[in-house]
Amino acid sequence: MARVLINLPRSAKRGELIEIRTLIQHGMETGYRPGPNGVTQQRDIIRSFTCLFDNEEVFHAELYQAIAANPFITFSMLATASGILAFTWTGDNGFAQTETRALTVT
Amino acid sequence: MSSHFSSPCVTSRRTAAAGLLAVALVRPARAAAQGTFERESLQQAILGFTGGVAPTRGRVTLDIPPLVENGNTVPVTIAVESPPGEAAQVRGIALFNEKNPQPNVITARFGPGARLGARLNPGHAMLATRIRLATSQTLVAVAAMSDGTYWSDSAEVIVTLAACVEF
Repeated sequence: MARVLINLPRSAKRGELIEIRTLIQHGMETGYRPGPNGVTQQRDIIRSFTCLFDNEEVFHAELYQAIAANPFITFSMLATASGILAFTWTGDNGFAQTETRALTVT
Repeated sequence: MSSHFSSPCVTSRRTAAAGLLAVALVRPARAAAQGTFERESLQQAILGFTGGVAPTRGRVTLDIPPLVENGNTVPVTIAVESPPGEAAQVRGIALFNEKNPQPNVITARFGPGARLGARLNPGHAMLATRIRLATSQTLVAVAAMSDGTYWSDSAEVIVTLAACVEF
């Protein structure tokens, strides 16, 4: 399991635009770089990131090799109700990880 | 005889003039060809995202340091703001580059579907990440709105240490 950091406001007002910050530990090997033996290393990146709010998609991003190692993604979302946010990262070599956080809207 | 004498002079002047003309003609042609070659993949990537619509400049703010010391992690922030009174929501944001091996950097969509979009996604949106840059180049951010319009902003960055070269 890769280490994950997710930062979201402890509580938000209804109708407020909140900022959700995520970071996941991953090397994001581009596939363009030679390894120690001189042979180009295979691509191994996180290809997509999805955030669901009560099972409805709020944010989805496709990542490419140009994303730096340990992908850091921040996005905005309108807080409308309390619910569960589910974050999913999927990538090469069967990489998949899901984390959930509760969002409290007052 | 005099004509024979003058003729080489004339021809040389002619060739000189022709040469100058050729240089004048070739220079811009080559520059244009190079420009289109370099831009084509960036342009194609943008048009692929917009579905053939050329994006309008504005509404998008692409925030990136103009001088990058380390191309391996470059912080980027893309903010989209609709003027008050506009009902359009932000449907997606994409970032493209000019000279990395691949034109795409990140392609994001915000809450698809009119119902969900209207509920969860106002006319303002923000996306921030950290990217890799292979060399000094131009970056273009494009925002897709729910009314079918596309907006963009570009930024030029100078990279001193490139990504993708270290072992």
